[in-house]
Amino acid sequence: MTEPLLSVRNLRLDIPTGSGTLHAVRGIDFDLNRGETLCIVGESGSGKSLTSLALMGLLGKSIKRNADRMTFDGTELTTASQGQMRKLRGARMAMIFQEPMTSLNPAYTIGDQLAEALLLHRKVSRQQARARAIELLEKVGITAAESRLSQYPHQLSGGLRQRVMIAMALMCEPELIIADEPTTALDVTIQAQILRLLHDLGREMNMAVILITHDLGVVARVADKVAVMYAGELVETGPVGDIFGAPSHPYTRGLLRCIPLPGKTDRGAKLGTIPGIVPSLVGEVEGCVFRTRCPYAVAECRGEIPKREDGSHAFRCIFPDGKRHSEKELTV
Amino acid sequence: MLQFILKRLGLALLVAFTVSFISFSLLFLSGDPAAALAGETASGEDIEALRRLYGFDRPMLVQYGEWLFSALQGDFGESYYFRLPVASLIADRLSVTMTLGVCGIIFALLTAVPLGVIAAIRPNSIIDRVALFISVAGQAMPSFWFGLILIVVFAIQLGWLPPSGTETWRHFILPTIVLGYYAMPAIMRLTRAGMLDVLNSDYIRTARAKGANETRVLFRHALRNAIIPVVSLAAVQMGFMLGGSIVVESIFALHGAGYLAWESIARNDLPTVQALILIFSMFYIVFTFLADVLNAWLDPRMRSS
Repeated sequence: MTEPLLSVRNLRLDIPTGSGTLHAVRGIDFDLNRGETLCIVGESGSGKSLTSLALMGLLGKSIKRNADRMTFDGTELTTASQGQMRKLRGARMAMIFQEPMTSLNPAYTIGDQLAEALLLHRKVSRQQARARAIELLEKVGITAAESRLSQYPHQLSGGLRQRVMIAMALMCEPELIIADEPTTALDVTIQAQILRLLHDLGREMNMAVILITHDLGVVARVADKVAVMYAGELVETGPVGDIFGAPSHPYTRGLLRCIPLPGKTDRGAKLGTIPGIVPSLVGEVEGCVFRTRCPYAVAECRGEIPKREDGSHAFRCIFPDGKRHSEKELTV
Repeated sequence: MLQFILKRLGLALLVAFTVSFISFSLLFLSGDPAAALAGETASGEDIEALRRLYGFDRPMLVQYGEWLFSALQGDFGESYYFRLPVASLIADRLSVTMTLGVCGIIFALLTAVPLGVIAAIRPNSIIDRVALFISVAGQAMPSFWFGLILIVVFAIQLGWLPPSGTETWRHFILPTIVLGYYAMPAIMRLTRAGMLDVLNSDYIRTARAKGANETRVLFRHALRNAIIPVVSLAAVQMGFMLGGSIVVESIFALHGAGYLAWESIARNDLPTVQALILIFSMFYIVFTFLADVLNAWLDPRMRSS
């Protein structure tokens, strides 16, 4: 078996606060191969964005990052110098952010900002960078690409700006692209286009894609692997078929019940909800973090929770099947 | 861009015209100029004679029109006190004031901007505290006091620099520091606040995600945006320094335009005062216009609005 492009073991992120340490991310493991798409799903505040920023080395100074292993194509990221990280960022691993409206520098033209991504890493002329920018703008479906180069961000719509961000991330043909809820700020009609684009480009260029989203409909369409995140932990990971076909962790099933399925959910039927709120992560967190909202919680949930693995499908629950068989089968 | 400049230019001219009218009429509101000229012991007939001689008996608008027409040709009349053309009188003094003003603002910018940037990079650090202390001290210390302290220390005790006069460039060092230090705190604080704001913005994160190094992030991506409000502030302060350096000019006995204005007001030298007010206002207008153009060049959003 070949070495995965990205391999993360026991990633932990701690944020010191006035009332104690906030354990924002606690022990995340996953592997990602070239050309694969991993979707990380979960509620707001579950640590998805922090995880992606940690991979890029873009966390705020106050956040402490620890991991047993975090390798990118053999390079250990936790011990990499700032200089090494800069050589990777933008060149071999690129990121697309949630906020297309504010993620472009208002003082420079689209062309300047696109070209910069290439000029920072490759010895090419301005003309070559410009040509590459036009090529990529066309690739992400922007018409009249050449004339866009001299435009400023405020002259473009949100959808166009996010396409520019995607083109910018692709300038150096990165091996890994991390998209943090790239469509949250966009119109529904644009969302599907952008995600389809990202997925197709990933396939075409054999890039590994990490897509952070809370839209399970999207996950079903584009993911190879899914990681379900809850309150700073990966409660369940696995191939997309397993996650949707045999969702094992009670939280995963809760999430799936929250989406209506055309033809399966009756008109007027109540959509599922997960009662309760995410617990505070300040101070020591013990046992299953979902137990306060879990319908099957028992006293043992406060103790050590075993990781149950079946091939590449894994979840953490004290019940061997996560109580899956006591529920009506859920499929998408 | 050209359309923007023309619009601003038109606006500037309109403001200049209004200011000229106000400055002209303000002096008529300050009392009877003929009586003031004639002195306390003059008889009513003497005052009448003076009034006719200087044309104060004509309608104000006529006087204004005449004054403005000659002013546009560079003729501001004759000083009542010096009996010399006001234009040449001011021209002599203006070079001193302009040298001082330009040196002052350059000194202020060269100290305030780097200090503001460093303070913003490490908020609440020792450097930030020191910068804050310097700016609070600058705001709290009156110029005349700070100027006197500098004279006592550097001119009298150490003997490094001359205490007063305008003969060589060394005479301008202490006044530049006093005037520049007055403008520095506001510029520094605005730079610091702007940089802090910009450094937390999403596009700075984008720049880092592209692999840009810290120097590039700071100067090309952050400072370029943070400096925009600083340009406007510096322009206003520049206008202020050219017109309002009276205190500094008197401490260091620099015979500049500010000092002349103060003398002329005391002597009731109307034509000189009118001309100076007009020129000082023009400085404000010109610098505000230049700042607008510079800002439009720096900030593309401003160009299109």
